[in-house]
Amino acid sequence: MSIKVNNPGLLTSIQDLGRYGFQKYGVVVSGAMDVNSLRIANLLVGNQEGEAALEITLMGASFLVEEDLLISVTGGDLSPAIGQESLPLWRPVYVRKGSVLRFPACRSGCRAYMSVAGGFAIEDVMKSKSTYLRGKIGGYRGRALKTADTLSCNKMPKRAIRLLQQLKKRAGSYSFATVNWYVSSESFVNISKSPEIRVLRGGEFDRFTSSSQRQFFEQDFRISPKSDRMGYRIEGPSLQTEGSFDLISEAVSNGTIQVPKDGNPIILLADRQTTGGYPKIAQVATVDLPLLAQVKPGERIRFKEITRNEAEQLYLEQERQMKQLSAGLLLKET
Amino acid sequence: MLQTNLDENSNIQIKPLGDSAILVQFGSVINREVHLKVKAFTDEMEAHSFAGFIECVPAFTSVTIFYNPVHVYEKYKKQGEYVHLSEKEQSPYSIVYSIIKEKLKELKEVKEVKHRVVDIPVCYGGEFGPDLEAVAEYHHLSAMEVIQIHSKSEYLVYIIGFAPGFPYLGGMSEKIATPRHHSPRLSIPSGSVGIAGMQTGVYPISTPGGWQIIGRTPVDLFYPKENPPSLLRSGDIVKFKPISLEEYKRHKEKIL
Repeated sequence: MSIKVNNPGLLTSIQDLGRYGFQKYGVVVSGAMDVNSLRIANLLVGNQEGEAALEITLMGASFLVEEDLLISVTGGDLSPAIGQESLPLWRPVYVRKGSVLRFPACRSGCRAYMSVAGGFAIEDVMKSKSTYLRGKIGGYRGRALKTADTLSCNKMPKRAIRLLQQLKKRAGSYSFATVNWYVSSESFVNISKSPEIRVLRGGEFDRFTSSSQRQFFEQDFRISPKSDRMGYRIEGPSLQTEGSFDLISEAVSNGTIQVPKDGNPIILLADRQTTGGYPKIAQVATVDLPLLAQVKPGERIRFKEITRNEAEQLYLEQERQMKQLSAGLLLKET
Repeated sequence: MLQTNLDENSNIQIKPLGDSAILVQFGSVINREVHLKVKAFTDEMEAHSFAGFIECVPAFTSVTIFYNPVHVYEKYKKQGEYVHLSEKEQSPYSIVYSIIKEKLKELKEVKEVKHRVVDIPVCYGGEFGPDLEAVAEYHHLSAMEVIQIHSKSEYLVYIIGFAPGFPYLGGMSEKIATPRHHSPRLSIPSGSVGIAGMQTGVYPISTPGGWQIIGRTPVDLFYPKENPPSLLRSGDIVKFKPISLEEYKRHKEKIL
């Protein structure tokens, strides 16, 4: 079973939940930018939530499905379609052999996730299938997908085969068929224009001038076109520290907002380096990282301060809901 | 033998890095003493980790511990541990904070830190070390003297960072400290040994860079298919051993 890349679009790569445990060797974590959409895409087709899937960016991707497949597409709405028919998001979908699945234009969000039942046949490198693009490590030959690449799929689990057979019957002569339910995604990634991103104060927040501290929370920031999987450069008021000081490099994390001397903040994301030496004004709450990953360059965001305790409670609650969703999907029939 | 005293009250700061990581800071200057504390604590955390522990990232003066808040919370809540914390305090962070505090208490006695010593053979000069002569001239030394000085020191690996497997080494003699090139070379071959200011290092993968390149090692520093994937780790002692071009070639053939 396989999928052939007709067109990789702007950027398509294999990602899972990231390469943890090797940061002390300088190995970047990588992984899906919007982990919640990836997890749900997997759960929908009966995979383990951390299975590797395609991360498809903004527009232009197109794939030839070479065998009957059970897939799901989640995350940003890149208007996926087969022929003239829109392919619905957030549900398991049967796709007939020979269909061409296109992602022509971005309607909302920035990144879509496509998983196949059984997962892609990709080898682990340092316990992960994620592609670290700059380091040429993991994923499909350590790189983004290119036209004519062929991705093999693993054998499907029995449950997925059963669902595929049922949906195939339902499809009749159509290219695809789906179930009459879907996952409501709002509690996991509430994609919206100019969202409010919840943050905690960073380690050096107090070193910034009081006007920079105020502006950080009161003004909008625009995501620069020079943003990528490594980090979002954001444009807004220039942020300055009280006098200059040198910081000794220490570990940074997904969502760390650091401010170089030029005053323009950078939000570190999936492909961030393991350590950094710039003052950290804030840290994005883990629950809002998927939302941030769905904001595209040119769009605006605003930061809202929450306490560490609030961030933790939000995360615990989100994970309770994910657990419920996972259990619920196991009971679902078509 | 290197020893360190992890006294709980000796200026150790603990603070959160977001909602899923915690930073333990052992000092505010880069030196061997602080490094030993970093190393002792990292070794201890890795040997006796806790439920929800993901990984430690040691840096020059600090160790950051990444954890899964859900696993931490469920495990310790279930066991009814940390009941001395008030209901409001029973957050994943407070639990990890308490675990670390206890760890630091246990580590209070003088702790012996074991260092691995790693020899790295280097073929200095020639096509592998295009900047060796320039470095020598800069200091009014002969190329041979630069090699002797560079290969005589013992270097401490403070951290691995910047690129996979790239060691930040401390301990180079000031006698050969040389500024970077004004404009970086587009590609420096993997294995290149360079000098930048007071630092020396080895490029594990081919990358652009402005360092003064004085030699090359036939040894791989990074091999993504193995575990651990890096020849070096934080806390290692590195010694550079000068080898001839013939030895370099023999070594390369052995690897292939």
